[in-house]
Amino acid sequence: MTREGNQHDEISYLRVQGRYRGIFAWIFSTDHKRIGLLYLYSIMTFFLVGATLGLLMKLELIAPGKTVMEAQTYNGFFTFHGVIMIFLIIIPGLPATFGNFLLPIMIGAKDVAFPRLNLLSWWIYVFGALLALSSQFMGDGPPDTGWTFYAPYSFKTTTNMLPAVMGAFVLGFSSILTGLNFIVTIHRMRAPGMTWLKMPLFPWTLYGTGWIQLLATPVVGITLLMVAAERILNIGFFDPSMGGDPILYQHLFWIYSHPAVYIMILPAMGAISEIIPTFARKSIFGYRAIVLSTLAIAFVGYFVWGHHMFTSGMSGTALYTFSILTFFVAIPSAIKVFNWVSTMHAGSIHAEPPFYWAASFIFVFMIGGLTGLVLGSLATNVHVHDTQFVVAHFHYVMFGGVGFAFMAAIHYWFPKIYGRMYDKGMAKTGWLIFFIGFNTLYLPMFYLGIRGMPRRYFDYLEEFHGPNIISTIGAVVLIAGLFMILSNLIVSARKGEKASGNPWKGNTLEWKIPSPPPPENFEETPVITRGPYDFN
Amino acid sequence: MHANGHRDDTASKIGMWLFIFTEMLLFAGLFIVYSVYRYRNPVAFHLAAEELSTFFGTLNTVILLISSMTVAMSLTAIRKGDNKHTMLLLGITILLALAFLVNKYFEWGAKIEHGLVPGSETLKELGHGDTLFFGLYFFMTGLHAFHIIIGIIILSVVLHFVRKGRITSDNFVFLENGGLYWHLVDVIWIFLFPLFYLIT
Amino acid sequence: MKHIMANKNNHIVPYRTYVYVLLILLFLTATSVIVTNIELGTLTVTTALVLASLKSILVFAIFMHLKFDQPVYGIMTGGVIILIIIVILITFLDYFFR
Repeated sequence: MTREGNQHDEISYLRVQGRYRGIFAWIFSTDHKRIGLLYLYSIMTFFLVGATLGLLMKLELIAPGKTVMEAQTYNGFFTFHGVIMIFLIIIPGLPATFGNFLLPIMIGAKDVAFPRLNLLSWWIYVFGALLALSSQFMGDGPPDTGWTFYAPYSFKTTTNMLPAVMGAFVLGFSSILTGLNFIVTIHRMRAPGMTWLKMPLFPWTLYGTGWIQLLATPVVGITLLMVAAERILNIGFFDPSMGGDPILYQHLFWIYSHPAVYIMILPAMGAISEIIPTFARKSIFGYRAIVLSTLAIAFVGYFVWGHHMFTSGMSGTALYTFSILTFFVAIPSAIKVFNWVSTMHAGSIHAEPPFYWAASFIFVFMIGGLTGLVLGSLATNVHVHDTQFVVAHFHYVMFGGVGFAFMAAIHYWFPKIYGRMYDKGMAKTGWLIFFIGFNTLYLPMFYLGIRGMPRRYFDYLEEFHGPNIISTIGAVVLIAGLFMILSNLIVSARKGEKASGNPWKGNTLEWKIPSPPPPENFEETPVITRGPYDFN
Repeated sequence: MHANGHRDDTASKIGMWLFIFTEMLLFAGLFIVYSVYRYRNPVAFHLAAEELSTFFGTLNTVILLISSMTVAMSLTAIRKGDNKHTMLLLGITILLALAFLVNKYFEWGAKIEHGLVPGSETLKELGHGDTLFFGLYFFMTGLHAFHIIIGIIILSVVLHFVRKGRITSDNFVFLENGGLYWHLVDVIWIFLFPLFYLIT
Repeated sequence: MKHIMANKNNHIVPYRTYVYVLLILLFLTATSVIVTNIELGTLTVTTALVLASLKSILVFAIFMHLKFDQPVYGIMTGGVIILIIIVILITFLDYFFR
């Protein structure tokens, strides 16, 4: 079964000739690996747009008063930045790219359960993305509600809300179908001998994520549909002047959007759980604990949505229930961190680029997680609610957590995907610049938040000037690091040194087939007899 | 490109059930909205519900229950290899579904005639509770009716496939899944009916 | 090579069973219509919801075959229903105590 070294005698999925040619061989392909790459390229494209908007906002904040844009433009920018980054990038981020590419391979299958549905998900994603983007260029100006579309402003504003709302609705379908596909795949297509507890951790986290995608997304779907109906038919669902309750909108929105945070972070944790044992040359510490904590996060994470609404006017009972539940979610997250650290302990660490990203993931995720508890406590929440502190917190979790894990994953699986290796020295330098830029950008925002600078304002008082300058410099450094990393990867995908089937000496199934993988992944169906992280 | 020769009925059925769960959550969101507003406007909801015709509601409930039975029976028929009865039972199901829509048309028509439509002057005078009740009534029964239409399309395709011999006594998962969808539409109505027509 | 994993479940439900279930469902419907004409106060809502739940359990178990299929479907469905109930209860922690 091990075919290292002689991988080039067989045609890879990148070169195989199907029914269509040129670009059609990609956009009509039902091969899970090609679909994974379609997602990767679409997501990277949107990410560059979102990052540009972020940088422009940071430039605006370099000095008090108007610097590069008007207030209304700024409102449009933070809305668009949020919509792109949340709905188009981090929700599909790891599951749709690496999940698609690796899930079937890691469980020893030829493809996902419903390959055509899988392709349809990507098409729906593109359609939804275009719909959401169209809101920028048509009608009476870009939406300015923030990505949360809070009622009643979302149906009172004269800006072009409808395409943005419907775009998010359509993107939800794509997410649901991906989740559905993965759950069925994991239930039905594991290779002989791969019992549930012999399954690698990345598929396990995709399983948890799949359930959240399935069970949370419809709630936001119906909510967005109600906002759309509200704008068109003037029904009064969330309009206080017609008897509606705007806080109910917030409940429904966060019933989805809080679990959505776990859609994003669970696969990120899964990727880290793959990378750390490989580079520590040691079996993962507490496999079962990680599996259980994954399921616990998925389950408890469903019931903590109210902690986004501590100052909205909920009842006292609801406030402390949500606060306690929020603290419960911290437990399984902390278990994972302890497991990763214990895995590294007394291991034989190979400091390759993916390991740098994984280790720094733990660092930034810890900062993000612990500041989350500051926000989860009722008293401190009132003080820092809707300030820059919140912005810093969720960028540490989402960009620091998911973003760093995404980078770790791409550096880890890059040789598998393209069959080539990137320049490791450049990858490490890029990581260092990115890491420094990231912390310089977001750490001052914690301070600004505690001092009282609100979020979503294009202007601020003179006393906040200093930290804002530091933060903007951090943004520029981060973008520089990003360019270095991306150019390294893009050049190496075409011209990099050829990589062997298992350059990192990993132990999961994807490392036992050639790089890049053949179209049907496995010559013969593998039979699993050992756990995924047995390095002996 | 590949995996085309692979057929796994259990996978299709799990997939269908997962899809049904998303539908349940979709309507659960609406039921939350309904219960919150009912809790906040008990009297208005009570009075507004009396405007709805219990007769039409009950009739449509009976229609859907019978159609649910016929579609369940069609599965038994196909598994016995009895194509003729399968098609007959599916045909009856589709006709009952159409009858449901016709009823709904007249029922909605009457409400619209009385001006009980979202955004109308009549509702504005009646106040907040009635506005919300009729808003929810049209939105929820409308979404349900949309699902009925989708169900009719699915069952028609199933019927067509039975006729063409693509659904047979040893390959009936498509019929089974179509049936599951139709039962789901029935279950949703089982809850919509008392909430709008009965709790007066 | 055509690889087929057909349905393993060999239980064919007789027509008779479905007729019985329909009769029970119609009976429950009639009951709920009649009950609403009696003044039960706050119990009206409870009664209607209990009857609706009974009806939907019948549809899930017999019409949708949860009773005859492998347990995995039933477990998943039960889990989802419990999830919905918890979400509704937590939402009402806000509204009941506001």
